[in-house]
Amino acid sequence: MSSAPRTATERTKLPYCHESFHNLQELRHSASLANKVFIQRDYTDGTICKFQTKFPSELDSRIERTLFEDTVKMLNNYYAEAEKIGGQSYIEGCLACLTVYLVFLCIETRYEKVLKKISRYIQEQNEKVYAPRGLLITDPIERGMRVVSLKSLYEYLRCIFIPIYIYSALNSKDNVKSQIS
Amino acid sequence: MSAVMITRKVTRKWEKLPGKNTFCCDGRVMMGRQKGVFYLTLFLIVGTCSLFFAFECPYLAVHLSPAIPVFAVLLFVFVMAMLLRTSFSDPGVLPRALPEEANFIEMEIEAANGNVMAGQRPPPRIKNVQINNQIVKLKYCYTCKIFRPPRASHCSICDNCVDRFDHHCPWVGNCVGKRNYRYFYLFTLSLSLLTIYIFAFNIVHVVLRSVDSGFVNTIKETPGTVLEVLVCFFTLWSVVGLTGFHTYLISLNQTTNEDIKGSWSGKNRVQNPYSHKNIIKNCCEVLCGPTYPSVLDRRGVMLEDLSSPTPSDASAASTHKSSNPVSQTTKSSAPLIPNEHTPDEAKPGIGAGTQKSTSSPKEEKPPSPTSPNAVAPAVIKESSH
Repeated sequence: MSSAPRTATERTKLPYCHESFHNLQELRHSASLANKVFIQRDYTDGTICKFQTKFPSELDSRIERTLFEDTVKMLNNYYAEAEKIGGQSYIEGCLACLTVYLVFLCIETRYEKVLKKISRYIQEQNEKVYAPRGLLITDPIERGMRVVSLKSLYEYLRCIFIPIYIYSALNSKDNVKSQIS
Repeated sequence: MSAVMITRKVTRKWEKLPGKNTFCCDGRVMMGRQKGVFYLTLFLIVGTCSLFFAFECPYLAVHLSPAIPVFAVLLFVFVMAMLLRTSFSDPGVLPRALPEEANFIEMEIEAANGNVMAGQRPPPRIKNVQINNQIVKLKYCYTCKIFRPPRASHCSICDNCVDRFDHHCPWVGNCVGKRNYRYFYLFTLSLSLLTIYIFAFNIVHVVLRSVDSGFVNTIKETPGTVLEVLVCFFTLWSVVGLTGFHTYLISLNQTTNEDIKGSWSGKNRVQNPYSHKNIIKNCCEVLCGPTYPSVLDRRGVMLEDLSSPTPSDASAASTHKSSNPVSQTTKSSAPLIPNEHTPDEAKPGIGAGTQKSTSSPKEEKPPSPTSPNAVAPAVIKESSH
């Protein structure tokens, strides 16, 4: 005996159930990135945070070279701005020293501000450029600023999203059954 | 149906970090393992200053100037702040490579080495990079499974790779690295000043009092002075020497580790590629450079790996059948998944996993609700029941 079809209101209570959805099969076709791709640091200018703009061969068929290089160059610019040693960093350093570094309890450091800008930028790039091509970029801060990793969007969904969906679907199915009985 | 709220203690990432660090205040404080010498440092500084404030300051404030104890207090506060800042902060620990990154690096190494004959030793894992037109060798860390960035080194006491590793200081009970080097230097500098200050005013006090009442009586009235002079005398040589040594290192933009190993000295060796060849620039970079953030997420909320099922009380507490394998694997997200009556709590479960910021502690509150939805627009088609 099958339970009654779910109403629209109940449907919206489940996480991530939208009216617009894709078939999982469609995603699987576009998932050819078996492993993650890691973009390493570029140390030619010293220990400043800079990533290699060399285009990895695994991404040949997945994304245009210029788009990828633009993303990495933009990230490098952000990190260069954060680590710039100039007037502002001196003022920040001296002020902090005079206040015994208690000033950082109240205000954010310049680096932290730029990191927030970077995470917004990465999110925007994922939405506009990478997710439509079935890819996801992770913020380098999650990897200790060692690598920028690119992973398949399908793999991300498969590993994280689907089990949660199945769990919640089973949860709601039980509740519906108990309501009927 | 009543809502079943599953409450369990939030596991923060610092509880599961590898390495031999000690954490306090729910991950806010990070220290090395052995803290005995650090307590000794604290005791010596606080003890000596207390004796100074008790015995010398009343006399000197009256007979010389009240500014003397005031300045001593300021200096003492600065020294303590710098000490605690050095001891309690993350020195610049590099997180270990996750399995995927480690495998990727292994594949790269194997590709670079080619076929190794059976019985032969594989070549050492070294990467050559060019920094400012000099070749620098990056070594592979077998514990952390990464190629160490330039100037990073593995501290065997803390069992972590630390960026711009200087040394592990038992007096502060922590490594000294990129993030806390300037606090360490300011600590040694201010401690030298404090030691010289206390020593000098002890002498002045003894002299002034001896003029009035004789030397022996002075010692009887203020016995603390003897102790202070002893401590300050021995501290002076070591701390002032250390400050001088670090001033020299800073002016050359070197670390203690590099100096001990002789990385940049000698005729056949590479010259220091990090030095700006200008003392002022080097000092400014080390002391007035940007304050680097910690890349070790200590206070992030732990979301356990969904592919590795582990026994949990969350799945037992849930109203589900425990035989369901899915509930086992998603046990850590079980409390984050709502039951039918609390749909809003689902979002932090995904949001915390995909988007975490190191600057703010992750509580179980919804972050920007658009983020997981924007990133994962695809949803499985609902199957009809």
